[in-house]
Amino acid sequence: MVDIRIPIGLMFTIIGLLISIFGVVTMSNTEMYHKSMGINVNIIMGLLMLVFGLIMLYFARRKKKT
Amino acid sequence: MKVDLSWIDYLIMIIYFLFVLGIGVFLRKYMKNANAFLEAGRSMPAWVAGLAFISTNLGALEVMGMTGSGMKYGMMTTHFYWIGAIPAMIFLAVFMMPFYYGSKARSVPEFLKLRFDEKTRGLNAILFAVMTVLASGISMYALAILMENLLGWNFNLCLWISALIVLGYTYLGGLSSAIYNEVLQFFIIVIGLLPLVFLSLKDIGGWVGLKAKLAPIAVAKGYAADTFTTTWRHTGDALANPLGVEWYGVLFGLGFVLSFGYWCTNFLIVQRAFAAESKAAAKKVPLIGAIPKMFIPFLIIVPGIIALALFNDPTKGFTLPLDAGGKPIYDYTIIMLLKQYLPAGVLGLGITALLASFMSGMAGNVSAFNTVWTYDIYQSYIRPRTSNEEADGKHYLKVGRIATVFGILLSIASAYIASKFGNIMDFLQTIFSLINAPLFAVIFLGMFWKRTTGHAAFTGLLSGFLLALLHHGLTIPAGATTLVKGGWIAVLHTYPVEMAQNFWTAIIAFTVSAVVTVGLTFITKQKKSDEELHGLVYSLTPRELDDSHLSWYERPVGLAILVSVICIVLTIMFW
Repeated sequence: MVDIRIPIGLMFTIIGLLISIFGVVTMSNTEMYHKSMGINVNIIMGLLMLVFGLIMLYFARRKKKT
Repeated sequence: MKVDLSWIDYLIMIIYFLFVLGIGVFLRKYMKNANAFLEAGRSMPAWVAGLAFISTNLGALEVMGMTGSGMKYGMMTTHFYWIGAIPAMIFLAVFMMPFYYGSKARSVPEFLKLRFDEKTRGLNAILFAVMTVLASGISMYALAILMENLLGWNFNLCLWISALIVLGYTYLGGLSSAIYNEVLQFFIIVIGLLPLVFLSLKDIGGWVGLKAKLAPIAVAKGYAADTFTTTWRHTGDALANPLGVEWYGVLFGLGFVLSFGYWCTNFLIVQRAFAAESKAAAKKVPLIGAIPKMFIPFLIIVPGIIALALFNDPTKGFTLPLDAGGKPIYDYTIIMLLKQYLPAGVLGLGITALLASFMSGMAGNVSAFNTVWTYDIYQSYIRPRTSNEEADGKHYLKVGRIATVFGILLSIASAYIASKFGNIMDFLQTIFSLINAPLFAVIFLGMFWKRTTGHAAFTGLLSGFLLALLHHGLTIPAGATTLVKGGWIAVLHTYPVEMAQNFWTAIIAFTVSAVVTVGLTFITKQKKSDEELHGLVYSLTPRELDDSHLSWYERPVGLAILVSVICIVLTIMFW
């Protein structure tokens, strides 16, 4: 059967990219980040998800080779 | 009060929906017979089944309810996790899983049939089927009403779309699809709620700041200053803590009867371990699930406790919607916190996490319902197996799929009943939740005492259930205004809070069931021979193969010790 790490990795990579790009675009919008005490949580969470997604894909790929 | 979402938030939700359905579409081609559809072909690696195990439990009512309980009871809510789940999960893994998995039973009711007799199975299968439909209907209603009130979505649309998505992936890919999605949902729930934990803690000044803010609130309510940030310290007296229960009530009621009843016998949960690829993997499933379980309080209870501090600090501008009686609706705490701290983008992720928790719980109910219906009701009473195994496999696959559709339709119907007659549904759910404690008594005796007879088990199960019902009818929590909360026969005793009533109802159910089963075993005849009980009873099952060549973390006992140590450390840290 399919390795579950592939869909998880793909989904987190896509959403992670999307949120981090959104974070970069909205960086100058201080009003929007007032809620989060001036922290651009979109860039932080986006990158975190991207890294998590890529790690999942890496492990799925490594297993396929062996 | 409304939460405003922007296009990016909706886009994140849509991507999530596509992946969830995509997994179902992809798995469709593997669904060749009932075994693949209803049991995932017993092929899941331990880590996949372990995360699914905990994800099924992390449904919408759990997330919403536990954050709300955090706000009401403070850190004592962790009793539902540390003492109220971990010991039971370890017991299930180490002592019960070998018999469950080794018996080749496909469901908990079928285990009862193999160990005891047909009537015990029938009773449990029917009660369980009704309970799962009620539970999924109630959580569906809770989700739809939340979305209507706070996101402005249409109630009907929300109900049908969420149900159709769950139907889509469980119909296509069966239990495998439910399990795979639960793993994905687990990660979405954790990552989606993570920014909330960090931002709210930062805002309140960390754990130290939180303690300082909660001290005057606790004192104003008549408790000791550290009541909301400790767990066991104030359980010497039921009136000294907001849970309203003494330490022995927590220990025996929650830590033993309620938790063992839920974790060790609820097929919804145990089914994930049944789907593991081997007996060794099945034993590891609950232990792997226990590791994230211990840390979930920091994800959902701690933000609830922070909400209590925010709620009492007018400068923070944090409010909760009020119900008709003017009381805050605690179940909405989580979504109001998301609104308070998360900007567009991560807000969509947080809402997706709530939707994911709803789907994991609902898919769990549906996949357990269709299995019990197909194997324990349809195959046992309507159309038994024939000699043609291949045709049977195809036939029961079709029945399993139809049961999936009907299970979801019945859940939708019960969601509508809940929206019209909420009290009746609460009442029914309370009553059906009474089946777990007696069930644990009976299964436990059955597994560890070979004499336990079928007649004794059946009577024990039924009498425990009826006595618990009687107790509920004769007692009432203080301040209850409806008969739904108890006292519908007469009021003989009043409990300080509802929680205390629940604990004692379960304790009575368990005790009566155990005493009746033991008593009747002595006067009824064992109809099962030792050969029939081979693999089902502790004393008639050969010891496990030696696993000493594995490293400690690959062995169930090694994992169990690790889990216990972490749990004890957490308990002491927050004593």
